[in-house]
Amino acid sequence: MITQMLARETSTALSDASTNSLYASAVVLTLAMLSFGVDLAQSPARAARESARRTTVVQDSADGAGDGSTAVLTRTETGEPAVPEKRQWAGIGMSLSWLGAFLLIACVVLRGAAVHRPPLGNMYEFATVGAAFTIAAYLLWSLKRDVRWLGIFVVGPVLLVEMLAAMVFYTDATQLMPSLKSYWLSIHVTVATLSIALFTIGFSLTLLHLIQERVEAGSTERFAFMKALPSSERLERLGYSVHIIAFPLWTFTLIAGAIWAQEAWGHYWNWDPKEVWTFVIWVVYAAYLHARVTAGWNSRRASYIALAGFACIIVNYCVVNVFFVGQHSYSGL
Amino acid sequence: MTPPDDLTAAYATTDEDRTSTSSKGSGDGPTLPRLGFLGGLRWFWRQLTSMRTALFLLLLLAIAAVPGSIWPQRGIDAVRVSDYLAQHTTIGPWLDRFGFFDVYSSPWFAAIYLLLVVSLLGCILPRTKQHWQNIRSQPPKAPRRLERLPAHTSATVDASHDDVLAAAREVLRSKRFRLRVQDDAVSGEVGALRETGNLLFHVSLVVVIVAVAAGHVLGWRGDVIVPEGGDFASTVTQYDTIDPGPWVDVAGLTPWSLHLDKLHVSFEDGVPTDSPQYGQPRSFTADVTTGDEDGRTEQRKISVNHPINEGGASVYLLGNGYAPVVTVRDKAGKVLYRKATPFLPQDNTYKSVGAVKVTGATPQQLGFAGFFVPSLDFDDRMGPISTFPGLRKPALVLTAFEGDLFPDGRPQSVYTLNTAKMTQLKGANGQPLRLLVTPGQTVQLPGGQGSVTLEKTIPRWAGLSVRSDPGKIPALVGALAGLAGLVMSLTLRRRRVFVRVAPAPSSDASSAAAEGGERRTLVTVGGLAKGEDPRLGAAVEEILAAISTRTGRPA
Repeated sequence: MITQMLARETSTALSDASTNSLYASAVVLTLAMLSFGVDLAQSPARAARESARRTTVVQDSADGAGDGSTAVLTRTETGEPAVPEKRQWAGIGMSLSWLGAFLLIACVVLRGAAVHRPPLGNMYEFATVGAAFTIAAYLLWSLKRDVRWLGIFVVGPVLLVEMLAAMVFYTDATQLMPSLKSYWLSIHVTVATLSIALFTIGFSLTLLHLIQERVEAGSTERFAFMKALPSSERLERLGYSVHIIAFPLWTFTLIAGAIWAQEAWGHYWNWDPKEVWTFVIWVVYAAYLHARVTAGWNSRRASYIALAGFACIIVNYCVVNVFFVGQHSYSGL
Repeated sequence: MTPPDDLTAAYATTDEDRTSTSSKGSGDGPTLPRLGFLGGLRWFWRQLTSMRTALFLLLLLAIAAVPGSIWPQRGIDAVRVSDYLAQHTTIGPWLDRFGFFDVYSSPWFAAIYLLLVVSLLGCILPRTKQHWQNIRSQPPKAPRRLERLPAHTSATVDASHDDVLAAAREVLRSKRFRLRVQDDAVSGEVGALRETGNLLFHVSLVVVIVAVAAGHVLGWRGDVIVPEGGDFASTVTQYDTIDPGPWVDVAGLTPWSLHLDKLHVSFEDGVPTDSPQYGQPRSFTADVTTGDEDGRTEQRKISVNHPINEGGASVYLLGNGYAPVVTVRDKAGKVLYRKATPFLPQDNTYKSVGAVKVTGATPQQLGFAGFFVPSLDFDDRMGPISTFPGLRKPALVLTAFEGDLFPDGRPQSVYTLNTAKMTQLKGANGQPLRLLVTPGQTVQLPGGQGSVTLEKTIPRWAGLSVRSDPGKIPALVGALAGLAGLVMSLTLRRRRVFVRVAPAPSSDASSAAAEGGERRTLVTVGGLAKGEDPRLGAAVEEILAAISTRTGRPA
């Protein structure tokens, strides 16, 4: 009895530590978002300085060689202006993102330790794990490529989810209901949250692609910061490559969920609202992949389908979990 | 779902590739005065199997699936459907008319997915044929001017024409290209598995759909409620409900039997009583003894997520509740009714409804209807409520009726009374009689009609579901094969690479001659991808570098 009480006390301490870690992560990521914001806000001035310097270099070498076209060649050979200006604020943003990510991962791990199971049992836990996957995926990507321009568009959604988790979805650390006690919980829900994390990054890229397309077409004067981002075509391709990783993972989520449903409820497909929406999301993203290769469909229309897919993910998470009656009633709210 | 077409045009310029299933199906429409019947059919077929139609049907399928998650469905919860219809008398019947309570078996939903399956077949068949021909045919000849291709690069190497071509063949072969060799060029093609994967994915979808349909017609499910200490034998008559597929012969089911020894249930009581987690279920396990056809018995456990297999079917523990043992005696003390009577939980507190039907009572049959409450408390507004799903202060709260229990002989729910031909018993004060019976207590009925006793131990019941679905394994295999095909078709690249050699335009022919007849050779490598391929340029560079290294003498 006493050991039991001790155990309970420990888990309360751990779950409090987990919650504090979440708050800390939210504060750090807020600062990261602001830093990325400052970096983007500086980008028009930076671009202006860059082009000014280029002109100077060209003029300098033009003075020496007396011929413009040779001067350009000289410039590339010396490589002098190829050293880009140091982006201090972006650097701060990246460092803070790493810190925020570690705090968020600590939140997830402490929660798991507090409840002695994978922390994937209710909406609060899905939200924190999904946010952790999102920022981790972004940071791992940033190790290979310079994606500092994307920072604010990933940290922003992650922060939003953290705040919703802390304020709306919060559920006390408890044990699971019988139907969730299965090793399929780790498999099915982990992959589901991972693929939602990737769909989130894909959503940001797709949205940026659509904005960039308008900026490039000159149909809007706003979004001056978009000049610091890659071209709309490249944004579209990046969005596509993220989606083609997320889509097979979502397919796997669907299959793993069906296997688990067979074990827990006796049939692999029950047209439960959650199943329906998982299927709807799958179909919409399948339509996106098809739309991209359909003759006569431009990338904009395909992008709209991808955005619709993400809207379905939001509905699946926020509406289906809370308002629809079904067998996936695990919100804990 | 015709093949991804964006670069097919570019492909077609370099080889005999024909896009037999063009998505511009009506392209020759305006020039022909009449299509005729066959032409019309062909036109219709092309429209149906075009990518645009497939895309439209996909989006339509997504939209059509949504209502089934918003409105209750008969196949899942018929009670909620009738509740909805009772509450929404205006819109309810209209929704019902259009199948909104049976979305997934409604004609319009079926129309969409059947059209999609036809479209799918119309995509798979011609593409399979084309793919088969493609992988059996040689890669196309190298185009004359490789610099016209989207990726190309060239270099001069210090090696003879033949050595360079040999090196190019080795390099491409080591990268698993299929080759076609000409006098002055090599063509290679790689990545046929991309299309194989794509076809595998689409074929798998058909397999899954067929498997689901097979499970529907060949599978069956039966549900039964067994109280602790109760027995059950798997024959048609013993099931409370049985739902066989159209091709299932229920008389031929393998017989087996089951005895429910004990049901272990636990609920969350370690959190504050105002937490939403308080009273949530934590574990359900049934200890059972099963007996097969030959009479061999075995002790087993069934719990949520851990079904057992028996007689070719799976047995699931899907529900539980209380089956209080109620004894009804006549005024002489003779037992008229003694049975573990299952009550059906209404909510998470296990306030349960049920009915006791005493057919042997005289002069009139007796019926009791009401609630079983595991942890009794009284609420000012709602009357008796349960504060916890576990047995803390159990009680039966019943009203009593006399009259004809089965007025028209029709089957009725075991949990409710049909009081159409019954009159309610009144208490001494003239109000309808309400009995509150606690375990071990006996309550007398007014007018010397006898007594009702609730026995001390209160057994639980297990809701078992027995299911057989021969389609589930094929469906799983199909789904996994589809996933593999999907990954192949999204990650593999389909490329053609051409290597062309020519004598280097020698600025100093004398030095070449001085090297004893060896010639400097200009190697050009060009690449073409089907679909987009951001790494094509890098791949072409890599191949050129490998050829240069292999000839040993990069110029």
